[in-house]
Amino acid sequence: MFSLGGVDFSSRLILGTGGASSLAALEKAIVASGTELVTVALRRVEASEHGLLEMLERLGVRILPNTAGCYTAHDAVRTARLAREAFETDWVKLEVIGDERTLLPDAVELVRAAAQLVDEGFVVLPYTTDDPVLARRLADLGCAAVMPAGAPIGSGLGITNPHHIGLITQTVECPVILDAGIGTASDAALAMELGCDGVLLASAVTRAADPAAMASAMRHAVVAGRLAAQAGRIVRRTFALASTSDSGLAKWT
Amino acid sequence: MINVVVNEVARGFGGDTVAALLREMELPVKGVAVAVNGEVVRRVDWPEHRLAEGDRVDVLTAAQGG
Repeated sequence: MFSLGGVDFSSRLILGTGGASSLAALEKAIVASGTELVTVALRRVEASEHGLLEMLERLGVRILPNTAGCYTAHDAVRTARLAREAFETDWVKLEVIGDERTLLPDAVELVRAAAQLVDEGFVVLPYTTDDPVLARRLADLGCAAVMPAGAPIGSGLGITNPHHIGLITQTVECPVILDAGIGTASDAALAMELGCDGVLLASAVTRAADPAAMASAMRHAVVAGRLAAQAGRIVRRTFALASTSDSGLAKWT
Repeated sequence: MINVVVNEVARGFGGDTVAALLREMELPVKGVAVAVNGEVVRRVDWPEHRLAEGDRVDVLTAAQGG
């Protein structure tokens, strides 16, 4: 069981809904992923596809609004407040983007927005960099989790600095959710092996040739990575250590 | 009739409150958020919040997003 913001989840996979070719494809992917928590964005009504909320409600998944597209703390805080009104949830995936080419977080604005939203009673899940010090600052502010990027959003590069992700999991006491950069199932498994408590991904599933199949792969990868992390892996050695004993080896003269 | 700007499009509005505007736009009450002149109007205030000539209204809802 995975506890986040005081709510228990049996799945440690959070699915972003961005990038799907259709609502029907998205629905199949959500079901195949086994997720219980999905992100949505807030956009002007005329730009939004009808039926998204109804579908999510029908599937019984919890909604995590994001502040995607916000470049300042001020905009992100306003978007979180709007999302609270629209979806009647005080949960927010806090994104404050600092650069449109990499879509990496702006640390200064992120900390400012997180402090404000925690003050206002939000359950704040900040999308952050792989900097362990910044992660600690966000955790100390009272964020419900920290969500470091493995690599830039939508890049599919995987986890470019696994050492730092591992450090974050050892630095903060709140849940660590690897967010962004996942390309395929082994990346999600690695995140869990590094000690992450969960994985948030969108493009790797929604833009895969077969989203539902990749969603299923991610579901298994997160479970496998978690089990492996708990199982205690063997140490890495430079040279071989025979798995078969020489005892009783036949001697040929 | 007053003139307001909804999501950057000017429109005449025969009603008076945010709630009336949403009804006129035939929007479901669920899943929608409203800001007037950049300030969030809380759901509970929609029936009382009166719109004035020239108000800029943003009406937002859920969209697919990571």
